[in-house]
Amino acid sequence: MNQPGSSNTYGGGGGGFMPQPRQEMEYICADCGAKNEIKSREPIRCRECGHRIMYKKRTKRMVQFEAR
Amino acid sequence: MSNPTLINGFDTRRHVGVHAEQVSHVSSTDYPGHYPGEDNSWDLDAFKKRLNLKVQRLSNRSVAFDLVGVDASIANAFRRILIAEVPTVTVERVYVWDNTSVVVDEVLAQRIGLIPLNVDPSFMDMKESPSDQATDRNTLVFRLRVACTRNKNAPKGSTNPNELYINSDVLSSHLEWVPQGEQMTVMASNPPAPTNPNIVLAKLRPGQEIDMELHAIKGVGKDHAKFCPVATASYRLLPKIVLNPQKPVPPHLAEKFQKCFSPGVIRVDPRTKAITVDEEKARNESMSREVYRHPEFAGCVQLARVRDHFLFNIESEGFYPPERLLPEAIAVMRGKIANIRKVAEALLHDSDGPGDVEMTDT
Repeated sequence: MNQPGSSNTYGGGGGGFMPQPRQEMEYICADCGAKNEIKSREPIRCRECGHRIMYKKRTKRMVQFEAR
Repeated sequence: MSNPTLINGFDTRRHVGVHAEQVSHVSSTDYPGHYPGEDNSWDLDAFKKRLNLKVQRLSNRSVAFDLVGVDASIANAFRRILIAEVPTVTVERVYVWDNTSVVVDEVLAQRIGLIPLNVDPSFMDMKESPSDQATDRNTLVFRLRVACTRNKNAPKGSTNPNELYINSDVLSSHLEWVPQGEQMTVMASNPPAPTNPNIVLAKLRPGQEIDMELHAIKGVGKDHAKFCPVATASYRLLPKIVLNPQKPVPPHLAEKFQKCFSPGVIRVDPRTKAITVDEEKARNESMSREVYRHPEFAGCVQLARVRDHFLFNIESEGFYPPERLLPEAIAVMRGKIANIRKVAEALLHDSDGPGDVEMTDT
């Protein structure tokens, strides 16, 4: 990412190298796919369907590829 | 290898012989020193007289033309330059922030690289090396941001993903050009976009999304096939059917003889059953050599190809209209020749100069 003029677009994806302080973490229910906010010391349970397995979301960090 | 007996009308200088199980007279012989008492050195006026180029068919995406009077090396050079060295612009670098689709990042990046873009390469500079700084002169930026959601107004009972979901297909039309620097003014008349807006890149379901930035650069086909401006670029030699005047086809076998060739190539006179070759349609002959399988036609006919008559067929894919492809190839070749000339002259004139001259790739 060394091109001029487009540095403003990089912020759009979010996620720098420093983690933002105390952000609510969103998880995805493994059963129904609903978004769930889970705070610490809260039971891990889906609000929609009651399923107890959650997936963490993919990181918004930039990954670079060559189109080859 | 003994040459099969040749019939009248087969010219070993102009024709390549096609026999039942071999070909003969493949190489050209029109160079100095081959025929005693003939000069045959290259001469511009003689070349001009022989050279002929005629477009046979031109459509939106392909062109067929005859190139007559050049050596096979020249015709082949054009073919190879068309495939490998006429520049085009395609996506080279992909920066992924989010991709939760089922297509993994690497595969999706590779697919995006193959999308043909309608960008005139003459507006852009070639990067000298992959590590070169990206500028508005050598890089185009696209943004691809698609998220799939449920369609609230979907008809009840529908199973069609296009009705149930919004953005269930990621299409090439979702690429959004982000002008950089002076690109807005330079490319305003023809804003960069994929030539085909309906290429499916990935399929999404609700909750999945793609967010990436794509950098397109100028490149050539020998670097990667995605830069190739043509789908196919090929040539073949003009088929030639030489009938033996000494041994005409027997009248009762005329129809059978006709069926040994592609439709329309052989004409049979309805009254006299005399056989003639339709020279216009001879180009359609498939050269199946079926006629050689029948002993009754032995010696009646000689199949051949005209050695300096090339039937080109070029299919354009991407920015160039098909009629522009050959001129572009010629321009690339002239650039190479100019380069060789410069180097050769440097060899002649500064033998005490800096020594080696670097041949730069054009």
